[in-house]
Amino acid sequence: MKIPYYPGCSLKTTGKNLEVSAIAAAKTLGIEMVEIPKWNCCGTVFSLTEDDLMHHVAPVRNLLRVQEMSGNGSVDTPNKMVTLCSMCFNTMKSAAGRVSRNAEDLVKINSFMNLEEDYKGKVQVLHLLEIIRDMGFDKVKEKVSRPLNGLSVAPYYGCMLLRPADIGIDDPEDPTIGKDLFEALGADVVDNPYKKVCCGAFHTVNDKSLVADLGYEILTRAQKAGGEAITTSCPLCAFNLDNRQKEISAAHPEFKQMPVFYFSQLMALAFGLGEEECMFEGNYVDPRPLLKSKNLL
Amino acid sequence: MEDKKDIMQIIADANKSVTTGIDSADIEHWVQIHIMGRAYKVPAGLTIMQAMEYAGYKFITSAGCRAGFCGACATMYRKKGEYQLQTAMACQTRVEDGMYLVQIPFAPAQEAKYDVTKESYAASTLLEHYPEIARCVACNTCTKACPQDLEVMDYIQDALRGDYASAAERSFDCIMCGLCAIRCPAEITQFNVGMLARRMYGRCGMAEPEQAKKQLAVIAEGKYEEDFKRLLAADLAELQQRYAEREREAD
Amino acid sequence: MISKTEITAKNEAFLRRITELSGVSITRCEQCGICSVACPLVSGMDISPAEMMRTVQLGQEEVTSTKTIWVCASCFTCTVRCPRGLDPSKVAEALRQIELRKAIDYMDISTIPAEEMRQLPQIALVSAFRKLTG
Repeated sequence: MKIPYYPGCSLKTTGKNLEVSAIAAAKTLGIEMVEIPKWNCCGTVFSLTEDDLMHHVAPVRNLLRVQEMSGNGSVDTPNKMVTLCSMCFNTMKSAAGRVSRNAEDLVKINSFMNLEEDYKGKVQVLHLLEIIRDMGFDKVKEKVSRPLNGLSVAPYYGCMLLRPADIGIDDPEDPTIGKDLFEALGADVVDNPYKKVCCGAFHTVNDKSLVADLGYEILTRAQKAGGEAITTSCPLCAFNLDNRQKEISAAHPEFKQMPVFYFSQLMALAFGLGEEECMFEGNYVDPRPLLKSKNLL
Repeated sequence: MEDKKDIMQIIADANKSVTTGIDSADIEHWVQIHIMGRAYKVPAGLTIMQAMEYAGYKFITSAGCRAGFCGACATMYRKKGEYQLQTAMACQTRVEDGMYLVQIPFAPAQEAKYDVTKESYAASTLLEHYPEIARCVACNTCTKACPQDLEVMDYIQDALRGDYASAAERSFDCIMCGLCAIRCPAEITQFNVGMLARRMYGRCGMAEPEQAKKQLAVIAEGKYEEDFKRLLAADLAELQQRYAEREREAD
Repeated sequence: MISKTEITAKNEAFLRRITELSGVSITRCEQCGICSVACPLVSGMDISPAEMMRTVQLGQEEVTSTKTIWVCASCFTCTVRCPRGLDPSKVAEALRQIELRKAIDYMDISTIPAEEMRQLPQIALVSAFRKLTG
């Protein structure tokens, strides 16, 4: 499968370890992710007011690039695209949905963009986790050469992968996609009752103590459930749960720091890929001592 | 004060030179334009700058090289019957009948203070100095406004994701006219962002040119010391003579 | 905050405006309070999400000066839990937009410390500026 891939800004900087590991893991599964040319920032949040079309221009512009790729034969999945970042996924899928349902919005945005080609409203936005689930977790299991035996993982979903219900990729109240994936990789999966609780998102900019409070709850609940590490698919969740452990430790001296993995890093590790693909050095809390203690490195 | 007046008169005369000496009777084609709401009849075929001078305006600012390079004469106009607000350099664009226009002498913007030798070559450097680039809505208005036909929106997007090479290359021909910043709904000063990206790329991203390295070595060896000393010791008359006799490229 | 019972034309106009902007049938809220229980950020709010809904039902414009509308992170937990299928997160966004469209920024982006700017991912800045600046 050769599919247009939308990275998003943070995957080129703080979330490079998500991008690199996911591209390599997807390749192992036969999914070639082709970066969309001239993509722009999606806006990260879907604009929620009825009259605010301006903020949908950015995601629609990216959808148009996918449509162009579908027409020029550079991919073999017409009108489909894949994302890795949960926020980009949510914004792009929400915008795609709005303009495909609302012809008047589509006409307005097209006439505003005033480009050679109109966006036709047909692009389907997928998250890599969905594509993997649809391939079947058995296929994932087949590629595992280094099973993550003995590693206790608490999947964290956050908001943008699950909600609203018509956008989310799994049951918004009882998601299992992470559990299924990490079990296929051979890990011990524990359930974190805070797996769907918001990490505080953008408040990390204007109120980091609020984010540290939420992060403390999410991480300690995972630890109480027996988790040694948690996982995410979002560079903002990753920043809030990983980098902000500095602030959590300052507020709670007894807090024991724990690694936060991108789902794709664990896939790359289990698929036997190298350190360059796993990019563990990009994580704030170094996960390598834990992995070494489990003989996984 | 007397001297200053004379200089101002000289500049004004020079500015007028493009249209002085024209006999109205010789002009076959006329157009009507509106400068800041007032109608003027001017000869067809003039640039906006020439037409404004013909109409009696004196450019004491908002004019520079008159050749499309300096970025000083930003102008905005609408054509009769069109909704689009157009942007251009006044010295490079010819008047059309029914044009409504105004000069934009300056784009108010504060340039960030930085020392390129001390800044980190990371995406965060651009965001640290110009955090408003994170407000870009990808509307593309800046690109439409650019008289240099640069892909302004794309270089702001490059800057946002820390792609210095692409931001520097895409913004390379920027003449700092400021029209992008005047039009931006996210209130970004694109031209300043591009400048920082190019400075950082030039310092940290590009390979050092071999020729420059050689030349620096030659300078360090003192090849030009004598020449410099002579110039610094020269009196005004000698400097003037040397200037007049200097080697010049053909005009 | 919820004190008035008399609904004026101005109150009605405000309710209508927020209903149009948000696309939410705000009058259908029956004040069960599930949104307030579900909200992960309610402890940092001055009025709960259910109170916010009620205040808008009553057309009280003062709701735009609450902390609540800015604390809401659009996590959509209330959205998936509301038994009436309403979406308080859209109502909060409409209330924020009312303020932001007056060119009133909720945060001053020039006050973010340089040390933070060097660490924060773009995704944090873009979303914060979208939600908190006009």
